[in-house]
Amino acid sequence: MFTLFSILVARIWQTSLIALRALRRNKMRSLLTALGIIIGVASVVAMVAVGNGAQARITSQVSALGENLLTVFAGSKRSGGVSSGLGSASTITLADAEAIAREVTDVAAVSPEVSSTAQAIANGRNWSTTIAGESSAYLKIRDWKLAAGSMFTEREVRSAAKVAVIGSKPANELFGPLNPVGQSVRVKNIPFVIIGLLESKGAGMGGQNQDDKIIIPYTTAMKRITGDKFLRSVNVQIASTERMEVAQQQITSLLRQRHRLTAGHDDDFNIFNQKEIADTVNSISKIITLLLGSIASISLVVGGIGIMNIMLVSVTERTREIGIRIAVGAQPGDIRLQFLIEAVTLSLLGGLIGVLCGVGASQLVGMVADFKAVVSTGSIILAFGVSSVIGIFFGFYPAHKAAALNPIDALRYE
Amino acid sequence: MSNAPRTPVIQLRELAKTYQTGEVEVKAVCGVTLEIQRGEFVAVMGASGSGKSTLMNTLGCLDQRTSGDYLLDGVAVAGLNRKELAKLRNKKLGFVFQNFNLLARTSALENIELPLFYSQPLVTLRDRRERAVQALEKVGLGKRGDHFPSQLSGGQQQRVAIARALVSRPEVLLADEPTGNLDTRTSIEIMGLFQELNESGITVVMVTHELDIAAYCKRIVVMRDGQVTSDTRPDDRRSAREEIARLNQVEAKASLA
Repeated sequence: MFTLFSILVARIWQTSLIALRALRRNKMRSLLTALGIIIGVASVVAMVAVGNGAQARITSQVSALGENLLTVFAGSKRSGGVSSGLGSASTITLADAEAIAREVTDVAAVSPEVSSTAQAIANGRNWSTTIAGESSAYLKIRDWKLAAGSMFTEREVRSAAKVAVIGSKPANELFGPLNPVGQSVRVKNIPFVIIGLLESKGAGMGGQNQDDKIIIPYTTAMKRITGDKFLRSVNVQIASTERMEVAQQQITSLLRQRHRLTAGHDDDFNIFNQKEIADTVNSISKIITLLLGSIASISLVVGGIGIMNIMLVSVTERTREIGIRIAVGAQPGDIRLQFLIEAVTLSLLGGLIGVLCGVGASQLVGMVADFKAVVSTGSIILAFGVSSVIGIFFGFYPAHKAAALNPIDALRYE
Repeated sequence: MSNAPRTPVIQLRELAKTYQTGEVEVKAVCGVTLEIQRGEFVAVMGASGSGKSTLMNTLGCLDQRTSGDYLLDGVAVAGLNRKELAKLRNKKLGFVFQNFNLLARTSALENIELPLFYSQPLVTLRDRRERAVQALEKVGLGKRGDHFPSQLSGGQQQRVAIARALVSRPEVLLADEPTGNLDTRTSIEIMGLFQELNESGITVVMVTHELDIAAYCKRIVVMRDGQVTSDTRPDDRRSAREEIARLNQVEAKASLA
């Protein structure tokens, strides 16, 4: 058994040497033949890497919203069929937010949110920005860190203190390189003391700049900026991902009950489930990656046909060589193995160069685009596997043709 | 050798080969009965179309007979498949062709190693090289192992081909017009090599249409229309060594004159 195996290995090794030598003799031709596979594998690897990169980027953007986040928006205001968008209607009150915190299970933190656009004046400059009223838990919910200073406390919220945490964009516009912490900013003629500076978060999901905002206690905002008892939204953080769906159902029924909505009425609020969005985005980008990958794999098949073509030419060219080999005792299997190994070597060589090119192309795309292309080991292994299968598949017919040659005719072939 | 020395190495009984080309049936060989003993040196002669090439292909296990029996070293060849025929060729036969049929861009030694590459049991790399070198020395080309066929003269190429045929220590050396592409002097040298090999005990069967060449053989079989018409052992067999010596004399005289 062992000897049989070692004979097989030795024979495959020796035959590989013959095949390699035949390929070396036609360097240019071998390279051009492998080019089809090179392009195919490179594009599969690069496309999948770019797709994965884009997916990772989107996923990180979604998760940057905060972990296990449910956002309850007030319904949209409709006047004559024109919708004014989420949060525009006055349906959610502070009491609703308090009820959610009190009655829904697995709630980790709640931040009622009001928001308005206003002119912020400081340091002799002014900047129009979003003034967001939030609770002290907001930064924790949104997984947002401070670059300097600290967040306002619950006590400051309760006492409607005139304190603010400033985003990097208005901080930069108003104070330039100066540290804004400890400075004063005036909004609607009310002076606020800046106690914290937010870390920059960059563009959000919709492309809007998340950093262009000043956060103040929601109590202060309701009392002094919006003068309104209604909320734009409530950010609710749930203790665990698994509980999000249940929590969403509970919030829905709680609010329907509180707003006295009967069975016939639609919800007058909307719940934005961060996990659902993330799942949707993920599945879309997976489809895109698959699509890109399958388009690229068509070129693999084209490359395989190129290999088959050149192998057929090679068999014809080397008819006499095949005849000689058969005459001196090569069995049909030996001839078949030789040409099969040649085809597989070509396609594997193409696969190897293709992977290198694909990784290079991915790096290049990563440099140009604002996300990192992620080359997965899976796609490399797949590309290699597919290219060797292509070599065997498209090499088989020419190899079979070579093995089936009649030695007498082959020896006479000119 | 396991077989009794009296067993003929080649036994043909009523061997026939018919080709089907389109609608026409061509009887290339019809009813050849022949026995070749170990150590013989046989020339198969005949005009083109006489069936000698077909006979040779059949003897060489490159082609299967239509009817009749062929026993090679006691083994019935009829009914063997391609794989078994390949094994038989590799083990028992050595081929020498008119157009040498060496692999181009492959060194002389590697050409000679070729049959060993397909031998079973497997021959190790070192043994292959060793035996190839021995075979090359036997044909008098000891120092040309690294040369490619294109760097060798016709006679030298044929010597490499003979070395390749010898390397697997076959029972029979089959040569198909081995001097057909060579000039007179080189032809005689090659025949000298065959005579040497035959004297050392190797059975040689060769096809030729030249009487001059056949004259170096021990036995001459003449074919016509697919049948053996004569089978003789001439008394006045030529010796290549003497012939070369005579040629040298003539040339020496010519250059003096």
